[in-house]
Amino acid sequence: MAGKLAPRHQRLVLAGSAAFALVGAGLLALPALEDKGTFFYAPSDLVRKRPPAGERIRLGGLVKPGSVFRQDDGLTLAFVVTDGSQETHVRYTGLVPDLFREGQGVVATGRLLPDGRFQAEELLAKHDENYMPPEVAKSLRPTGSPAS
Amino acid sequence: MPQAFGWHDLANPHRFRAVAARVLPWLLAAAAGFLLTGLGLGLFVAPPDYLQGESVRIMYVHVPAAWLSLAGYAGMAGAALAGRIWRHPLADLTVRAIAPVGATFALVCLVSGSLWGRPTWGTWWVWDGRLTSMLVLFLLYLGVIALAHAFDDRLRGARAAGILAIVGVVNLPVIKYSVEWWNTLHQPASIRLSGSSIHPDMLEPLLLSATGFLLLFVSIVVMRLRALIAEQRREMRQRRRAALAG
Repeated sequence: MAGKLAPRHQRLVLAGSAAFALVGAGLLALPALEDKGTFFYAPSDLVRKRPPAGERIRLGGLVKPGSVFRQDDGLTLAFVVTDGSQETHVRYTGLVPDLFREGQGVVATGRLLPDGRFQAEELLAKHDENYMPPEVAKSLRPTGSPAS
Repeated sequence: MPQAFGWHDLANPHRFRAVAARVLPWLLAAAAGFLLTGLGLGLFVAPPDYLQGESVRIMYVHVPAAWLSLAGYAGMAGAALAGRIWRHPLADLTVRAIAPVGATFALVCLVSGSLWGRPTWGTWWVWDGRLTSMLVLFLLYLGVIALAHAFDDRLRGARAAGILAIVGVVNLPVIKYSVEWWNTLHQPASIRLSGSSIHPDMLEPLLLSATGFLLLFVSIVVMRLRALIAEQRREMRQRRRAALAG
């Protein structure tokens, strides 16, 4: 019979169609996972998706340079998280990771207050993909490159 | 019939053992050379990072371990696919040879990353896309190992383990692109086709160390494969003897 395949070819076709089905299932699942898979909301996401106030969420972005204010108790911070287009005001009381500084990435866990500000309970620093010695970072600073 | 040496010869268990015996000392020597140079430069000579300070040195172990646990998985899945399609005797053994080595590298990646995360991010662990998919990779390796040993009949074990190994391949692009698809705490890739955002003084030791770990990975897999072939031959001999006696 012409339509009959050798067992080896049959297995090849079977493996091929299984792979095809898997890739298809993955492609279908990805958009659904997009929301669930996201570790934090950027300030723009807060505007676009409007998570209900009071729900525990994470907010991530860059600490806006010049926006950090430390209160007299030394533990309470107010700063602005920006993603370039939107900004969110954040308040946080507690210890700050070493890498927390202006212009660097940060991920805060907490709740959105009814007035649109964010009350953080936990603060994590985010590291970017740039690795360089201190001297290089210093020489880059005036031009405002990654180290700024 | 005289024949030039070809890759097909390696697929013959007997030929493989002969070639492996000759190649292994060189592989191990090269692995030691690259590892000593790469890690020596990385841990003692390379500059500290402007933000992370000395903890950047964890990268020289973490990144190669991550790369190799992914590449090792791809290799294992390829062998599993060859085993399912062509029923080649060495293919299933290769799956079993790679799995524990890949699992170890994945574990090294997870643990070293955790040690880096604490001083850098301020936490040992978060359930973001990259860290979670990497943990899934480690569990997939464990699943493959467990399934390969779960049956008295070796062939059934190889089949079950092979199918899990093949299905698990969907996790590889998830790990790779997790940092682009989703917001993650883990930073995006520093080394891309378009270039690297790691300073050359740090990139050089990293690439040397990665080459060393690659050679080490291959050496261990070849050694394991040799042992597994020997084990299989002994089992077959015993079965034959038992059949003759019975």
